[in-house]
Amino acid sequence: MDWYPLLNSLRIAALSCVIVFFAGIFAAYYAAKLPRMVKGILDVILTLPMVLPPTVCGYFLLLLLGTRRPLGKFLMQWGIKFVMNWYGGIAAAVLVAFPLMYRTARGAFESFDENLAWSGQTLGLSNTWIFWHVRMSACRQGILAGTVLAFARALGEYGATSMLIGYTPGKTATVSTTVYQLWRTNDEAGAFFWVMVNLAISAVVLLTVNLLEEKQKNGIRSRY
Amino acid sequence: MALEVDIEKQAGNFHLQAAFTCEREFLGILGASGCGKSMTLKCIAGIERPDRGRIVLDGNVLFDSEKKIDLPPQKRHVGYLFQNYALFPNMTVRQNILCGLHHVKDARTREEELQRVLELLQLKENASLKPAQLSGGQAQRAALGRILVNRPAILMLDEPFSALDAYLRLRLQMELKNVLANYGKGVLMVTHDRDEAFRMCDRIGIMEKGKMLAVKGTKALFADPGTREAAVLTGCKNIAQAEKTGEKEVFVPDWNIRLTTAKPVKEALKAVGIRAHYFHPNAPHNNYPVTILREMEEPFEWVTEFRYEGQDPASPPLWWRYSKEKRPSVMPGQLGIAPANILLLY
Repeated sequence: MDWYPLLNSLRIAALSCVIVFFAGIFAAYYAAKLPRMVKGILDVILTLPMVLPPTVCGYFLLLLLGTRRPLGKFLMQWGIKFVMNWYGGIAAAVLVAFPLMYRTARGAFESFDENLAWSGQTLGLSNTWIFWHVRMSACRQGILAGTVLAFARALGEYGATSMLIGYTPGKTATVSTTVYQLWRTNDEAGAFFWVMVNLAISAVVLLTVNLLEEKQKNGIRSRY
Repeated sequence: MALEVDIEKQAGNFHLQAAFTCEREFLGILGASGCGKSMTLKCIAGIERPDRGRIVLDGNVLFDSEKKIDLPPQKRHVGYLFQNYALFPNMTVRQNILCGLHHVKDARTREEELQRVLELLQLKENASLKPAQLSGGQAQRAALGRILVNRPAILMLDEPFSALDAYLRLRLQMELKNVLANYGKGVLMVTHDRDEAFRMCDRIGIMEKGKMLAVKGTKALFADPGTREAAVLTGCKNIAQAEKTGEKEVFVPDWNIRLTTAKPVKEALKAVGIRAHYFHPNAPHNNYPVTILREMEEPFEWVTEFRYEGQDPASPPLWWRYSKEKRPSVMPGQLGIAPANILLLY
């Protein structure tokens, strides 16, 4: 039994989830401070990958990172090649999962009581400390839910991934590309197995999100 | 000199203009909601930035638009008690208060200071509770404790009692007054509640549409508000436009009566005010025939609506209030006012 697709999927999802976590939170935090007009435009751009077909996202990634494109060529100097390499999957997953994190984090930040940050400031606490210990702590349920959703989206990524890194067994294969590949080559049993793996992972993720939401509701109930 | 403020700020159509000083005293800013009271506090704390002006606290310049000084809130040493107390929701009372002690490096001193304030504010039993588990009074004390251990140079209170029911409000006002009696620093409180301002403050500044009017001693302000805005905010119910007709006499066209005053009237007189409690059926002065329109009973008082005979029909009726034991058996046909109780408003 070759477990490579699962391991590859998990590492791509985990790494892109870390990137999306920080990028999404900081984009959400700074977008909230921008003037309305700029915020509206930025919001559209940052959310676009969520509504575009993943293949279109893959197309844009190839435009950017393709080996004959300026950035792709530039990165080749250090032997970094996103196309047809497993870590290209991270680029694809980051792009597609980013809006999920960005939007949930922004929603959480918008409902944050700014008085908490101000009271921290007047007590002499540093802005960085307030951000991590007060703001993030007060918004943690929303941010956690966003992270889980982003992880799930990254794990199930197919369209942009197959455009950018294709399917090479033992090299770029992920769970979702393996399902397609095995089904295409009439290996129904193999495809079914990976479908089951996919279902199991998705079920766990959704269960986690539900538990988090439940916890949040209970948290609110005990407050009032 | 504790706090010296002279600032201006434009926010949309709203223009804030506040100039006052606060010594080691309890100073109140009394104004309707949206008049700029909270914005003034935020400017002092460094949360909002004034367009022009200067803020000095104990000789330290916090803000000076000309010298381009604008200290961040962290460096202003201003204690700010928010209306909703702004306790960090995911920390216990103990952890919240420790946030105010972050500047104390020695762990033993920190613990001693924490215990001292828990004792002072009777929070010992609640130290391990989260803010959501506290009652309104406990939450306020915890927030106050967090500020007091931080040793601010001035304490600012933003409508500190408005979230509480009437009974608790009165108790907490007494409590706070007690705690702050030995505090020895300036306290600046904003409120829209005249009773609260009267109970708590040594001096009061009236704020009206972003503009801070003169600051006066509390009793002097209630005895002689001086302006129509101040009269309204200190709870004067009967106000009408008036003109000077003699050395100590005014004419009120709306009520169609002449009133004798105790103080000499100045030319610039705009209006007179009469507090609802100051009418009396047997008062020898300023006694005019009235028609009682309606009555309403309150727990300890009666409120009566009446009109003067010959009053302009377009002008609103007046209010008369008296305590229950003074209720006459027959409703009087006339009411008088002592000359000293006519408020002259300029």
